[in-house]
Amino acid sequence: MNSIVLILTSLLYLVFLFGVAYWAEKRSKKGKSIVTNPYIYALSLAVYCTAWTFYGSVGRAVTNGIEFIAVFIGPSLMMPLWWIVLRKIIRICKVQRITSIADFISSRYGKNATLGVLVTIICILGILPYIAIQLKAISNSFLIVEKASGEISSSSFFTGDLAFYITIVLSIFTIIFGTRTIDSTERHEGMVAAIAAESIIKLVAFLTVGIFVSYFIFDGIPDIFQKASQVPSLKNVFVFNSEQDISGWFWHLLLSMMAIMFLPRQFQVSVIENVDEKHLNKALWLFPLYLLLINIFVIPIAMGGVLLFPSHTINPDEYVLAIPLKFNQAFITIFTYIGGFSAATSMIIVETIALSVMISNNLVMPVILKSAYLQDKLAGNLSLLVKTIRRTSIVLILLMAYLYYKTIAGHYSLVSNGMVSFAAVSQFAPAIIGGIFWKNGTQKGALIGLLVGVLIWFYTLVLPSMVGAGFFPQSIIDQGFMGLSTLKPLALFGLEGMDSISHGIFWSLLLNIFCYVCFSLNSHQSSIEHNQAVIFVDIFEYSEQVESPTIWRGTAYLSDIQLLLSNFLGEKRAEKILKLYAQKHKIKLIADKADPQIVSYVEKILAGIVGTASARIMISSVSKEEKISTEEVISILKSSQSLLSANKELKRKSVALEKATEELKEANEILQKTDKLKDDFLSTVAHEIRTPLTSIRALSEIVFDNPEMDLSEREHFLGTVVKESDRLSRLINQVLDLEKYESGKQKLILEDVDIQEIVKDSIDALYQQAKEKEIKVVFIPDRFTPRFQADKDKLIQVVVNLLSNAIKYCEPQKGEIILATHYVEGCVYTNVHDNGAGIDKNFQRLIFDKFFQAEDQTIKKPKGSGLGLAISKKIVELHNGQIWVESQVGKGSKFTFMIPIV
Amino acid sequence: MKKTIKVLIVDDEPSILMSLEFLMKKEGYSVFIARDGSEALEIIEKEVPSIILLDIMMPHVDGYEVCRLIKESIRFQHIKIVFLSAKNKEADIEKGYLIGADLYVSKPFSTRSLVAKINTLALGIVST
Repeated sequence: MNSIVLILTSLLYLVFLFGVAYWAEKRSKKGKSIVTNPYIYALSLAVYCTAWTFYGSVGRAVTNGIEFIAVFIGPSLMMPLWWIVLRKIIRICKVQRITSIADFISSRYGKNATLGVLVTIICILGILPYIAIQLKAISNSFLIVEKASGEISSSSFFTGDLAFYITIVLSIFTIIFGTRTIDSTERHEGMVAAIAAESIIKLVAFLTVGIFVSYFIFDGIPDIFQKASQVPSLKNVFVFNSEQDISGWFWHLLLSMMAIMFLPRQFQVSVIENVDEKHLNKALWLFPLYLLLINIFVIPIAMGGVLLFPSHTINPDEYVLAIPLKFNQAFITIFTYIGGFSAATSMIIVETIALSVMISNNLVMPVILKSAYLQDKLAGNLSLLVKTIRRTSIVLILLMAYLYYKTIAGHYSLVSNGMVSFAAVSQFAPAIIGGIFWKNGTQKGALIGLLVGVLIWFYTLVLPSMVGAGFFPQSIIDQGFMGLSTLKPLALFGLEGMDSISHGIFWSLLLNIFCYVCFSLNSHQSSIEHNQAVIFVDIFEYSEQVESPTIWRGTAYLSDIQLLLSNFLGEKRAEKILKLYAQKHKIKLIADKADPQIVSYVEKILAGIVGTASARIMISSVSKEEKISTEEVISILKSSQSLLSANKELKRKSVALEKATEELKEANEILQKTDKLKDDFLSTVAHEIRTPLTSIRALSEIVFDNPEMDLSEREHFLGTVVKESDRLSRLINQVLDLEKYESGKQKLILEDVDIQEIVKDSIDALYQQAKEKEIKVVFIPDRFTPRFQADKDKLIQVVVNLLSNAIKYCEPQKGEIILATHYVEGCVYTNVHDNGAGIDKNFQRLIFDKFFQAEDQTIKKPKGSGLGLAISKKIVELHNGQIWVESQVGKGSKFTFMIPIV
Repeated sequence: MKKTIKVLIVDDEPSILMSLEFLMKKEGYSVFIARDGSEALEIIEKEVPSIILLDIMMPHVDGYEVCRLIKESIRFQHIKIVFLSAKNKEADIEKGYLIGADLYVSKPFSTRSLVAKINTLALGIVST
């Protein structure tokens, strides 16, 4: 293939990427930012998949079988923990305006500049080889595709070397992407959009090759497996074979779990570029899905490659490109090349930007700012200075990576280089995880832990590769450092039988954690350190406040502070920001002495631009700080915390109060309703009592005043008085009775009863009444009804009530009442059927309400209290039963009550 | 004289009817009896009584309604209405007078004072 075509394609692709970034930034300025989309966030996380994934997974699968997938399972396993760990880190970074992993560690341990420097150096050391292998991957892939056209390319250094030009182009590209503006949030929306686009391209490209190999060259995946199973060398692709494999898996999983959090590029996209914590929710499943998809064809391609190139003339890392080339698929080849190119460039861009921020903020700026001379000279141009430092460091990083690639990287495959980088960033784990969950972790612990960890990392993992490149004598590996066999880099302290990565990570992490914990326990925190520790660990409590508590005391001139800010933001912006802040917090800006709150705020803004440690130095250079003792810090924090918890408590109380008010309102409404019901009931009762009372009084007065009235009339009157008195006392009893049922005070006296007996007793009680009206009463008993537990007297009361109603509403002489009992499926039914007036359908339910008759004037008033049915209903319900009526006007009524036998 | 004065007693309670009938007859009025509102209206139409002793809580047509109908008609509006009711809340009494009652007597009542009040009302009728 023509190299010009290839170069043009590559450049065109970069232009396309830049277009995406430009478009995204333009949209963001219009307020239609695309990075507010959680899918973009999840896709940008896929910067995790580099050229190592794209080319190296296949190579790894050929040599080590399924082990390659550990690196992708690790992050997927880590995902659920993100909600706990990463969300916390994101919140901390937002509140504290932290812009890199070095800044994070430095800020947590007392804004210590040394820690920042150390972390930055570890990152550079750890990541350079990683960037180098990306360069290697780009240039190799270029050569592979190009060679197919038969042209010969040189592999000399610099000007004659293709990789050198790639390095230069990428430097320019990264500078444009990453350092166009300097902002205190250090977010790059354009870059994120471009990375997301690259993630799609590399995925589609890899899937294309996978489908091509599986379905066009071979006859589907089963076919590949079938054929591969006949090749003995492919056996290890299918199986786990030894114990070493299992331990290797464990360490690889662990490493990749750390890497997904602490690789500078992952920290950049997942934490710094995060715009909304909620995006994590989508990423939790989308990112593992992405990893699954991009790995789905790795094994088929690996097996296909081995089957197609049985003579091992082609490096398995190159299968992805070599297979389509072999079949002269120009389009697929170019597309695959672009896929690999995008995997490599996305990693290089993000990683380099992240590193350049660290170098400028944690390495260079603190040095410059500490020198009064330099600061004087550069004052006013600090913003440009920061930009220049970053641009220079981008070029330097890429150049160093290039040199590494040319000198050392050739000795290792893509994957092992990547693992060494993973091991380097894993050293941050104790300091970071400890830092956000353990308040007692100290600067000293973090520093020593990191140092020890990185030294062992270097000794066990980097040094051997340098031996291979000829920088150190082979004797170190064979006999140990200075001939001490316990210090053999690949078998430290006599530990053998692990692969080199597992071995290195085991010792470095173990001793790192050990030192971190031990030295933390044996050292004291300074006041600022304690402050930071508390804020980091309890971030979710503090971030609810607008600002975290101010722990700064001293004197500074407002003009100085403002000048400091103007240096980076320009005079107008600086003034505006300060004014806004002062307004919001009701601070006077007129006083020439700056308010401590203002000073803290400016420090935080500066921290976003130049890093926490540098900001600290700058602030102290313009102010006279008073030392605050640790005790004071603790008391300030405590009071702010108690304020917080008081505030929380208040909120909780007010919510509870609101709820209580609501409940009270409801209760009041119910009360009012029952009050009204009670009122109605009382006035009805009063009315019902007054009626017989009126007759009694009137009749007795008449008898009293008229001694001359004739005897029969007098008897009639007095007889009525007695009857009305009976009615009155019956009414009073029933009212009291009903009240007892309603208040739940009425208890049943249970005994073994026979329903036939109850009905018979009731009939006996009313026999006289029925006889007087010449009404026929018939009882049809059901002999099979068992005896059951019930209150005999109360049930008699019910039957008597029903029967007396029936008698009341039946016409004399013509009346006929049938009582019957049934036993069906555990329930005893008793009915009273009359041929009286009947009840309108509309009232059949209402008649069981108390005083129903009295309230409804359209019905003929009954000769009773209006409480009988209400009481009967209560009695039946107390027996867990039901009572109802079936009736038709003019055709009589049939009252039934049912009682279940338990 | 009293013989010519017709008194209608309306109540759904037989024992109350009984006592009122006795009292009015003893005073010499010409007495009519109705057990509910509609029956009362029929008798009013036929007999045009001068005084009506009217219960309020009755089925079908209640006392208020009967009173309203009487006071609306030119033919009957001169009839003296005496409410006799167990409803003795201030509001009920007020309503009774508003509709046009001449007297409102709460149940239970003293027979002597009731008779005296009716007699006073009757005097007014005689003198006009």
